[in-house]
Amino acid sequence: MAVYKKTYRPYEGGLTPSWSRFFVVTRYAFEDLRRSRFLSIFYLTTFIYPLICALIIYVQHNASVLNLFGAQGTNRLISINVVFFMSLLGWQSMLALFLAAFIGPGQVSPDLANNALALYLARPFSRTEYVLGKMTVLLGLLSIMTWIPGLLLFGLESYLEGWSWATDHMQFATAMFIGAWIWILILSLLALALSAWVKWKPAAGGLMFGVFFVAAGFGATINAVQRTTWGHLFNISYLIGSVWVRLFEGANPTTNGAIFFRAPQGEVLPIWCSWASLIGLCLICLYMLRRKIRGTEVVR
Amino acid sequence: MDPVVELDSLEVRFGPRTILNKLKASLTGRAIGLLGPNGAGKSTLLNTLLGFHPPAAGTARIFGRDIRTHAREVRGLIGYMPENDSFIAGMSGVRFVRMMAELAGLPREHALERAHEAFFYVGLGEVRYRALGTYSLGMKQSAKLAQAIAHGPKLLFLDEPTNGLDPPMRTRMIQLIQEIRDRGDLHLILSSHLLRDVEECCDQVLILKDGRIAAFCNLEEERRLNRQFLEIETRGGANGNFLETIEKLGCETATGAQGRVKLILPEGLDVRRLYEVAAEQDVQIRRLNHKRDSLEDIFLKAMETPKEPANGSL
Repeated sequence: MAVYKKTYRPYEGGLTPSWSRFFVVTRYAFEDLRRSRFLSIFYLTTFIYPLICALIIYVQHNASVLNLFGAQGTNRLISINVVFFMSLLGWQSMLALFLAAFIGPGQVSPDLANNALALYLARPFSRTEYVLGKMTVLLGLLSIMTWIPGLLLFGLESYLEGWSWATDHMQFATAMFIGAWIWILILSLLALALSAWVKWKPAAGGLMFGVFFVAAGFGATINAVQRTTWGHLFNISYLIGSVWVRLFEGANPTTNGAIFFRAPQGEVLPIWCSWASLIGLCLICLYMLRRKIRGTEVVR
Repeated sequence: MDPVVELDSLEVRFGPRTILNKLKASLTGRAIGLLGPNGAGKSTLLNTLLGFHPPAAGTARIFGRDIRTHAREVRGLIGYMPENDSFIAGMSGVRFVRMMAELAGLPREHALERAHEAFFYVGLGEVRYRALGTYSLGMKQSAKLAQAIAHGPKLLFLDEPTNGLDPPMRTRMIQLIQEIRDRGDLHLILSSHLLRDVEECCDQVLILKDGRIAAFCNLEEERRLNRQFLEIETRGGANGNFLETIEKLGCETATGAQGRVKLILPEGLDVRRLYEVAAEQDVQIRRLNHKRDSLEDIFLKAMETPKEPANGSL
């Protein structure tokens, strides 16, 4: 119907499958994020480290390139081992924290501040789908900068080193995939939960860093005052680092974690404590989202 | 006629407070008004029907679908215009409505087309690319209506649609609602505390008071019955006896201030008889006006009645 007719008419066309509707939220959120030039530039810079890693792997396997620069033997300086991949994961995960703190608070808080949730949820669209739709934005962006480059680098190394290397070191790939997903999930849930509770975007972003750094400081204070190591339970980077070490190296680790995610020597907590704390954190975030993501706020 | 909304002992509680108390009604009208003072439970009822509040007891059905078990299906049939400002400030009007239509299940191209149509329909065609945050209050109300109708719902919930509108904008909004109603493609439920809005748009009215149904009436039927509604002003004599006597004659009465009495004459009773009774009681009838049975009278009567659940079936 032409718009000039200006009459109401019912809709009689087909509908999209209901399972796919959460992608609507994701798509619109992506479109909004794409408009930010700062974000685009920052996001592009997050690929510098993986590119350097790719270059290192390439140079490692091309003696002719090293000879060209008169640097024979330097391929022994950097080895492609657990430290290499864990460092990649550590760097990228730290950048992921910055990205999540930057874009996470803008996901839910504007909808809450403008009472838009009632409009979303008055449609055949559930709270879970809303959270999933918003979370997919973070999951997608953070995946592209963490485990996807990690696996691509693993593939490149396998291709250049030989597939027997791949089978021998398959644990690196699985550890990177699972380890990155744990981190991404925690970041996404935390960003959305804080965004749901703190309607002012800068405050929500600041709080995100607060949860990581202030809580770690609090844990360190407990350790110092009580002469214990249990204060590390408040240190998310410690918890995630210890989980990564277990994923990469099993029960007999040779390292104490990745860059930014290290457990101090001799201060190791049982691994189940780390898992339990991280699961607890996720559950708290889900509870916070459950409390806030509602069609209408009830004043009891 | 199949009921649009059936309330089956619907009860909603917020903590210890009972907000909706065992509502029982079967609403069949094309345009149903929800009337009541602030805090009567109108918005809570709409929110409950949308699935925002779980019923503590009982249930409700919309077009025969239970809101407890078929919540998603029910919401697919509804267009909702909330009472408060609800929008996404940075979004342009048409993008916002398009997104809402897509969430309701419309494919992208259809959603875009319908968003443009809805914007022109509500009179915001020229400003549809402007950010919603820059809209005036009246424009925001119209944008809310646009998002409520863009996906072509079967039932439209309008929660205080004329809130904060100036007289011309209010008239425009009422005209739009009447137009949508008269097309006959959808049913609408209009919640308001403004009697005029409801009277102008609705054919059935459910009056809520303290979370209970205080009255339920079919305005169309009331209008058709053409009952004789009078307002008289009396002086002197024992007014109580006068009222008692005319009630015995079959009149329904309601007393107002300064000797004013509103009454409905039963069929067959002539106005002359009132003068005769007044003369017998030594009461002067100083003024007598013929009035239509207005919603205001029904509402006031409903507000006077003591707390007891009314049955809302017609």
